[in-house]
Amino acid sequence: MFSNAKLNEKIAFSLLKIAMGLVVAFVLIILYDIISNGYGVISLEFITSAPRKGMTEGGIHPAIVGTLYLITCSMIVALPLGILAAIYLTEYAHPGKTTWLTEMAISNLAGTPSVVFGLFGLAVFVKYFGFGDSILSASLTLALLILPVIIRASQEALLTVPKEYREASLALGVTKWETIRKVVIPAAIPGIVTGAVLSIGRVAGETAPILLTGAAYFYPKLPGSIYSQFTALPYHLYVLATAGTNIAKTRPIQYGTALVLLMIVLGVNLIAIYIRNHYRKKLQR
Amino acid sequence: MSDDFANGTEIAVKGLNLWYGKNHALHDISINIPKNSVTAFIGPSGCGKSTFLRCLNRMNDLIPGCRIEGDVNINGEDIYSKDVDVVDLRKRVGMVFQKPNPFPMSIHDNIAYGPRIHGIKKKEIDGIVEGALKAGALWGEVSDRMGISALDLSGGQQQRLCIARTLAVKPEVILFDEPCSSLDPISTGKIEDLILKLKKDYTIVIVTHNMQQAARISDYTAFFLLGDLIEFGKTGQIFENPREKATEDYITGRFG
Repeated sequence: MFSNAKLNEKIAFSLLKIAMGLVVAFVLIILYDIISNGYGVISLEFITSAPRKGMTEGGIHPAIVGTLYLITCSMIVALPLGILAAIYLTEYAHPGKTTWLTEMAISNLAGTPSVVFGLFGLAVFVKYFGFGDSILSASLTLALLILPVIIRASQEALLTVPKEYREASLALGVTKWETIRKVVIPAAIPGIVTGAVLSIGRVAGETAPILLTGAAYFYPKLPGSIYSQFTALPYHLYVLATAGTNIAKTRPIQYGTALVLLMIVLGVNLIAIYIRNHYRKKLQR
Repeated sequence: MSDDFANGTEIAVKGLNLWYGKNHALHDISINIPKNSVTAFIGPSGCGKSTFLRCLNRMNDLIPGCRIEGDVNINGEDIYSKDVDVVDLRKRVGMVFQKPNPFPMSIHDNIAYGPRIHGIKKKEIDGIVEGALKAGALWGEVSDRMGISALDLSGGQQQRLCIARTLAVKPEVILFDEPCSSLDPISTGKIEDLILKLKKDYTIVIVTHNMQQAARISDYTAFFLLGDLIEFGKTGQIFENPREKATEDYITGRFG
């Protein structure tokens, strides 16, 4: 009996270790492939100049700028909206039909394929509101796409704030709203930032929604305003890899593009992780 | 239970009933709580003593499905009347909880939290913080490190910080909900000394499941059982000469 239990434990641990090893291996292989192939292409010129000669030469500057635009604009819209919605749902909404319906809607939104968001953005932002193929249309579409992620993460974060903090504040004769503003939200910031990080990765990586709402097949200049068309890194990569004039010749550029995209997402995540740890330290120490 | 207290009555409760949904948790409670003294609520777990305490600053309002009937008058004002501002009431009736619950902020900011939100001017805040910490018997231990997180303090210090935080809002009444149940005996002693000092300026109500504690610090004791107030009187009388059989059984440790 005894040795049997020990054996079982060994098998279970080994399986867990193998699973973990596989995950790490895949990540490392992908990273190795992209870095080793893309490293040589990266140069100051590559990230500061526009593509030339049918995208077979030159850099990816417009795509970098486009991606940064998308991240910024969609976050400006989605972050406040998502956090406010989460605050309402966790702190104010009474359990009932409306709340249930809203929760269901958010869950379904989270499970909707991104191309459907693209079609919605095309119909509503591009056509109905007349924003045209533009950064604005694409950012609004992406904002909708990440809204459920931000709402869910913020809700989780708000719910983990101990009841004791709220009671302590209310018992001092502080209103509910001040309690939320001064105690609950600061304590929830690490979790909210985590949601934001996840959604930045999504915004930077999505192709289908922006393909339908504003990304141009070939856009060698910088977008002039939020009403301009643009190109972004994932879409540029898609074009290079599938529809370019000379796919084989652009392969190094493809790797370079992928590497830059990876670095942007990683960079933004690092900043967010820094912010999160900063607040977490403040909360714990 | 007539109004014959030396300092007068602070809290007068008449015919209070409380339901959690369909569960009738408090039955027809009537009690007068005297000013500037310590009143202890004792009774076995689940007897309703904490629930009743939370009626006195309307913390039960936060619980969905909780319904209250009856009169609660604090200093002559019916606190369940429609035109009472609950936020204002809770300023007047402070509360210290079972588990020390300082905010994840510095010691200074914990104390300054209430006064700041209530619009006290910036230059007055430091004086209020110092005064509250002195009154909370914590100033000597923390005056040189006001900027460190309150969560770095020991449990007993945290609880005194919570008391000081309540004092900073200048309440009339302070409700203590088993304030020492998570503390060691030395910290408990410090809190008890503090409570005895505070009764000069405040009316104090304390829920405790520690009968020795009730006997040590309270002037009056109320015994609750299964949602009923069984007996209320001077602490000496309750412990030495209880009128009710149930009180005697509980105090002599026959159940609890």
